[in-house]
Amino acid sequence: MSAPPCLSAKGVSRRFDSGMALDHVSFAVHAGEVHCLLGDNGAGKSTLIQILSGALEPTGGDLFMDGEPLQLASPREARDHGIATVYQDLALVPLMSVARNFVLGREPVRRFGPFAVFDAAAAGRLAREALDRMSIEVSDVDRAVSTLSGGQRQCVAIARALHHGARVLILDEPTSALGVAQSAGVLRNVRTARDQGVGVVLITHNVEHALAVGDRFTVLERGRSVLSVVASEATREGLQRAMAGGRSLDAETQRGRPPA
Amino acid sequence: MGRRWVATPAFGAAAGCALVFAFFAIFAADSGMWSARGIVNFLEVSALLGILAAPVALLMIGGEFDLSVGSMVGAVSIAIAIPAMEWGWPLGPSIALGFAFAAAWGGLNGIVVVRSGLPSFIVTLASLFVLRGLALGVTRWATGRTQIGGLKEPLATASVAPLFSGEVAEPLFSALADAGWMATRVDGAPAVTGLPVSILWWVAAVALGAFVLFRTRFGNWVLAAGGDARAALRCGVPVDRVKIALFVATAASAALVATLQVLDAGSADTNRGLQKEFEAITAAVIGGCLLSGGHGSILGAGLGALLFGTVQMGLFYTGVDSDWFQVFLGAMLLGAVGFNRFVRGRALA
Repeated sequence: MSAPPCLSAKGVSRRFDSGMALDHVSFAVHAGEVHCLLGDNGAGKSTLIQILSGALEPTGGDLFMDGEPLQLASPREARDHGIATVYQDLALVPLMSVARNFVLGREPVRRFGPFAVFDAAAAGRLAREALDRMSIEVSDVDRAVSTLSGGQRQCVAIARALHHGARVLILDEPTSALGVAQSAGVLRNVRTARDQGVGVVLITHNVEHALAVGDRFTVLERGRSVLSVVASEATREGLQRAMAGGRSLDAETQRGRPPA
Repeated sequence: MGRRWVATPAFGAAAGCALVFAFFAIFAADSGMWSARGIVNFLEVSALLGILAAPVALLMIGGEFDLSVGSMVGAVSIAIAIPAMEWGWPLGPSIALGFAFAAAWGGLNGIVVVRSGLPSFIVTLASLFVLRGLALGVTRWATGRTQIGGLKEPLATASVAPLFSGEVAEPLFSALADAGWMATRVDGAPAVTGLPVSILWWVAAVALGAFVLFRTRFGNWVLAAGGDARAALRCGVPVDRVKIALFVATAASAALVATLQVLDAGSADTNRGLQKEFEAITAAVIGGCLLSGGHGSILGAGLGALLFGTVQMGLFYTGVDSDWFQVFLGAMLLGAVGFNRFVRGRALA
């Protein structure tokens, strides 16, 4: 690919008192591609995305945006650079309407002299348009978020992040708590975002979900990058073996089993 | 559509008001409660509570409690009376000092709550005791008594007095009396000469609170801060600043009530506002505010105060021993909370 990746990390490390959480990891996402970040619990996935989203500073290594060096002091700075992160808790307020959640922190206002009045109609319109653009089915944007299904909530959070001008979308385990049908809905959104030219970082430990949408795959294991492949080279077994640190799931489950 | 209307948080309070009005329309029909004088009486009682209940409801929706508003009423009445009577200040600056004291203390409540992470219930409970004790101690030390009287005299010449005392719309009331719509006294004056300003302040407080909650960015932040503070922070809402501002608002409303009472009675009393914090929270809860925050209605809180005042005066007019008022109140509170939970369960199902 000729254009530099829209967001990349070169040799980033993060040392905690307890040890190296991330050890010289390189990672890049291009515009219009889904880069899946796989790994077991404690592999360093969340440390890496915290660094990419400005929540954590690396103790070594560099970040680049469009090939230019990038310093991120806070999540707000990351957001200003167009890096949006949807964490597992989604940052949606359950008792508030979809529309009010959609504009939370960036409410549209109408000015009357010195007074700024919250423009509820505009909030509803923005939410409606953004959801329609992603083909997300929510019957009424005035409904409380708590009335939505888990999949719908995830989709609303994704649509909100994109609506606010994200160029890079980081999704933290978006399908981990969802059933098959709802996961499919969320993955469809991921594809839509990619097709709109957004660089998507999809964190998951579900290989099936990764293979369904991924263009590129990186596997972390104990803080190090152990595999980085493009879609044409990725196989279910290869990814799974890398995630398990070279051990295969079948072999692990067979171990210690009484002979048949 | 019908279900949605029932699900609005203010519905419970509106229904409660209708019920209580019907009840007293029957059982206090000939008692004078429904004369012009009687109506203004129970509206005035409701008004002083409603002024407190509006910001208290806003704070509850923002996820916090203020138990110090009652003590604040007593403390501010002293903060107005001591400069006015002991130091010879004009009334205007004395009232300004009272408001400044309240705003500073309210801000302090808020800062302690957000910085310490302690429950606001505890922090403002501490304020409840400290403010009441401070008001008593300072007043006794400065004057040797716990009440300060004689404010009628500076009041008569103060330019700010019409804002906080007396009545408005007198010509309208005279016209009503002339037209035979209202009873007159022996001297021909209308039974009620005008609308007490406190009632206007009540309406203004509720209107302002409701506007802020539903029609400003700040209101959206209040809903979010009380609904899920972590999510609100993630979305860039300055949760701490929102909460501190709300504590300043509840304290300022207590200062307003103190001013109205001082000018009405012409005296200050360290005991003013006793238990008003619980009454204001009761009104807010009857009005549909969840104790857990994130949901509620300012209009509902205003109606909750109306319910409160109507019952209090209604029992007086029906001749029921006022001892029973609190029994009624407790039952009403429990009923309202149960009803709110039921409504919320249906609305969010």
